[in-house]
Amino acid sequence: MSRDIDFNVVKRLFGYIKQYKLKFSFVLLFIIISAAVGAVSSLFLRTLIDDYISPLLLDPNPNFSGLLKTLLLMAGIYLVGVLATLFYNRIMVSIAQGILKKIRDDMFSHMQTLPLKFFDTHTHGDVMSYYTNDTDTLHQMIAQSLPQIFSSAFTMTAIFFTMLYISMGLTLFVLIFVFVTIKIVSKVLNKSSGYFIKQQQSLGDVNGYIEEMINGQKVVKVFCYENRAIKRFDKKNDELCMNAINANKYSNVLMPSMMSLGYVMCILLTIIGGAMGIYSVPNICLVGENVLTLGMIASFLQLSISFANPISQVSQQFNSIITAVAGAKRIFELLDEKSEKDDGCVTLVSAKEQNGMPTESNEKSNLLAWKISNKDNTFFYRKLSGEVNFKNVNFGYNKSDIVLHDISLDVKAGQKLALVGQTGAGKTTITNLINRFYDVENGSIIYDGIDINKIKKTDLRKSLGIVLQDVNLFSGTIMENIRYGNLDATDDECINAAKLARAHNFIQMLPQSYQTFIEGNGGELSQGQRQLLSIARAAVADPPVMILDEATSSIDTRTEAIIQKGMDALMKGRTVFVIAHRLSTVHNSDLIVVLDNGRIIEKGTHKELTLQRGKYYQLYTGAFELS
Amino acid sequence: MIKQLLKYINQYKKDSILTPIYVTFQVAMEIVIPILMSNLIDFGIDNGDMSYIPKIGCLLLLCAFIALLLGCLAGRSAAIASAGFARNLRQQMYYNVQNFSFLNIDKFSTSSIITRLTTDVTNVQNAYQMIIFTAVRSPIMLISSLAMSFYINAKLSIIFVICIPILGFGLYIIVRKAHPIFTRVFRTYDKLNTVVEENLSGIRVVKTFNRESYESKKFFAISEKIYNGFLKATKLVALHMPLMQFCMYGCIILISWFGSRIIVNCKNDASTGLSTGQLMSLIIYATQILMSLMILSMVLVMITIAISSAKRIVELLNEESDLKNCYNPLQAVPNGDIYFENVSFSYVKDKNKLCLNNINLKINSGEVIGITGSTGSAKSTLVQLIPRLYDTTAGTIYVGGHSVREYDIKTLRNEVSVVLQKNTLFSETIKENLKWGNENASDDEILKACKSAQANEFIESLPQKYDTFVEQNGTNFSGGQKQRLCIARALLKKPKILILDDSTSSVDTKTDALIRQAFKREIPGTTKIIISQRISSVKDADKIIVMDNGKIIAFDKHENLIRTCCLYREVYESQEKGGNSDE
Repeated sequence: MSRDIDFNVVKRLFGYIKQYKLKFSFVLLFIIISAAVGAVSSLFLRTLIDDYISPLLLDPNPNFSGLLKTLLLMAGIYLVGVLATLFYNRIMVSIAQGILKKIRDDMFSHMQTLPLKFFDTHTHGDVMSYYTNDTDTLHQMIAQSLPQIFSSAFTMTAIFFTMLYISMGLTLFVLIFVFVTIKIVSKVLNKSSGYFIKQQQSLGDVNGYIEEMINGQKVVKVFCYENRAIKRFDKKNDELCMNAINANKYSNVLMPSMMSLGYVMCILLTIIGGAMGIYSVPNICLVGENVLTLGMIASFLQLSISFANPISQVSQQFNSIITAVAGAKRIFELLDEKSEKDDGCVTLVSAKEQNGMPTESNEKSNLLAWKISNKDNTFFYRKLSGEVNFKNVNFGYNKSDIVLHDISLDVKAGQKLALVGQTGAGKTTITNLINRFYDVENGSIIYDGIDINKIKKTDLRKSLGIVLQDVNLFSGTIMENIRYGNLDATDDECINAAKLARAHNFIQMLPQSYQTFIEGNGGELSQGQRQLLSIARAAVADPPVMILDEATSSIDTRTEAIIQKGMDALMKGRTVFVIAHRLSTVHNSDLIVVLDNGRIIEKGTHKELTLQRGKYYQLYTGAFELS
Repeated sequence: MIKQLLKYINQYKKDSILTPIYVTFQVAMEIVIPILMSNLIDFGIDNGDMSYIPKIGCLLLLCAFIALLLGCLAGRSAAIASAGFARNLRQQMYYNVQNFSFLNIDKFSTSSIITRLTTDVTNVQNAYQMIIFTAVRSPIMLISSLAMSFYINAKLSIIFVICIPILGFGLYIIVRKAHPIFTRVFRTYDKLNTVVEENLSGIRVVKTFNRESYESKKFFAISEKIYNGFLKATKLVALHMPLMQFCMYGCIILISWFGSRIIVNCKNDASTGLSTGQLMSLIIYATQILMSLMILSMVLVMITIAISSAKRIVELLNEESDLKNCYNPLQAVPNGDIYFENVSFSYVKDKNKLCLNNINLKINSGEVIGITGSTGSAKSTLVQLIPRLYDTTAGTIYVGGHSVREYDIKTLRNEVSVVLQKNTLFSETIKENLKWGNENASDDEILKACKSAQANEFIESLPQKYDTFVEQNGTNFSGGQKQRLCIARALLKKPKILILDDSTSSVDTKTDALIRQAFKREIPGTTKIIISQRISSVKDADKIIVMDNGKIIAFDKHENLIRTCCLYREVYESQEKGGNSDE
């Protein structure tokens, strides 16, 4: 982590503003108008006194109509100034909100493309913090600090030339002073920006801890872990507090320092200017050489204060700027996370059969085909049949820890394959590889004769229906949750899928039946009911190949047996991978594969394996031997 | 509400008070400096008195230095006070959340609790720092400038008296209109958090069904809502700047007009009316007055946002857990007897929507009880009432001869160990996860518990063994491994009652049997309740409860149930037929 303000981050932030080029140039224009009106206002006083009040004083019959006219003109100018301020503020606000929305949306879309590893290794609360706490930091900076900086820069340039007009020597002094000030400021800023980054990190950390603890609240309660959870929370909370104090301490000091330095500058100017005046030191200015008069010193002082003021105004914004840079840095880190690799070019298309050969068709049909491109940019089609071959596959989630060793499997189209073995034997891992949640290290997986690495991921996954071990539902109605499997499904299709999964009965008992709103992790449904929904969700997707990973573990066997019948009917002629501990659900499989410690130790039908009297037989009859 | 929040400043009171004091003195220095400076010009430079210049110059530099010092002190204590205040708020909120029952948590939703603890607290923290640090300066400036202008010319100063309320009223309208919008936007923030959270935990489902763009669309809709809300609110708030300029310029024009007339009428005589010099000062004061008002209004905007947040914080702080200890609770559970007396339960506390209906049940200490029944028959609900995760809607549950409500909740839960159906492991090492069961467990005890839960073997095969890090939601372990870790964790508590809620569903039958054997051997005195779909898991139990639709339809031994309970028999036969196997 660098302690310096990261200018790449700033540059990227400006990249977002670039999308509002037109709007932003209007903002600049209005800022200039507004600042100009401010400058006119300060000149107006002298005009008022010199051109109106003084002559009127000498006039025995003062006529105020001229003054009234000028004042009305001023009022007009002021109105323009007010309107300019109004416009740039409002436009800037909409730019700021637009950018925030863009950043949020970009982050989320990008996050969808990230590999599972990212989700496994980041606490959810920390990721959530990107969308709220980090994005929030940008708001003030874009909406307020940025216009403030531009307005200040404009004012300072204008004043700079006026100062040159009075005295170059004194201006040089002012410049040196400003330079020194900026040096000091950037030192302090660098120091505090490190803490601001830490502050955003620990905010994410706290967010993550809260999220994990509250989602695991039942476990916390069951284990009376409250006090220890509090202790650990306190530690994280204190760390956040310390980082916040350090970050703000430095940035809070900036404003008063800038103000005091401004005073010091004025005081020194007065003394130097005064001395120059008294000793008649020649003074060089834009229009030539002269001697400083009292009036000149006074106006120069006035100017130097106006020159220093914007600096201290900007310094008030430093807080928001450094926080924003820290937040943006995290945001860009997320945006820079590498997306899931997808070099696949084989796609899945609806097809119709022509002369025994599949060709692409726009009509919705039950026939699907792989569209494979030749080297010369022509295509040919191959019917999706669901044949899956593993060829010497090795895999580990970490390089050092190989989970699967030399797995070779041939599943013919329409076969039902069962994976059995002790927990942790690598059954789920095998299915994780088929749908490319993770990529194989060595060896290859061939799907209908095509290496799955060559198939476009979305199309590969479209062809696979998976019911996972852990059921995740989303906040929404029951109907919406079932339709998740196929967004085009009609209500009737969803209800049919629910009936097939035997979820229909309990859904009807719910207060609003299919329209009942459920919370994603809400406790209103039992684990078994959630599994039934997840099966219905997969059924409505109607995929050619199905993977059932402990899909029915929380469902009672009677219901399971009934679902099984429906599923068998549905899965007829399709390839199915089943993982189950209840061997009763696997014994009618075409091929049973017994895994142990990541290796295939037995392969065959139920009959063959029982005859072999090996591991399968042991597992199968295990309970008998033990009791 | 504010009063309640201020209570949590606590040990940061000193810094909270010191900050405005430092600032006050700093402002005083800032008032002294211009006066000294005009002296320097008038008496030093004007008279060409070179000896006077260094004297006053040094004094001035000293003042500037003191102002700097005070400013730094103020900045430091402001940082400490506001960050500390935020820390206390978060801490108090978290303490309270820890006492929440599930009903309380469901009421707020997880994501809302998170937003309140972080985003909302940050808003309040920023506003607080603004108030004690930035905002103090403005009223002092305002009052001193106002006093000076009245001193110069009371009649002209009436312009301020008219102008200030106009500005004040305008600001009031802005704040009033913006406040409810901010409140709404924050509620949308909760929704945003929910979508992100569900997406994160369901990412496998999202990817399986290729729903990335669907999820994005869902997110965009909420993001759009936030955009619109914030846009509306901040556009309103953006009005305050032009409004204040309008008032300032208005004042300048009015002062110029009336001021000029007075000067001309009194012939530029300060004693009878107004001088040109005084006119200039008046206008400078006008700028100062309105500037301070503007800073105040900016603070006001911050406070508007903060009040919406503060309300949400207080809501969380004031939420009382609906599960509370009774007066003088029992601190020990004598034994593992369980007795349900006419127990009914509804998650929504509605007697017409009962999940459990009039349950009567007696379990003796040390017995092994199996529970089986169809999906959704309320098996989990039944057992969750024993450690008082929920309160019964009607009827009473007795543990060790006393109603569960008579116990200290912690005592009760320490003695009733539940292995939940939905396993939650936390992102820390295996050992740390296991120590949830007993903070002071020795390595031997951990080893023993893991052996009983049949987890030792696979843990030992990991490269880092017991120090292996468990990723969020335990994604680096298989379902069965997670279940065994959870069982070991529960065993470490050495409870009087152990409840396994379908906790071996992903464990193979052989391992499952080994776990049950270990229970018999290692914890014979503990009451064991085992929920399972597998008849083999409950077959050897002393007695088996068969549940259907929130009712107990049978409670007997396996041998008898096969004869008397047709539901049980059907399930048994279906599993037996599955190839005599599942046994």
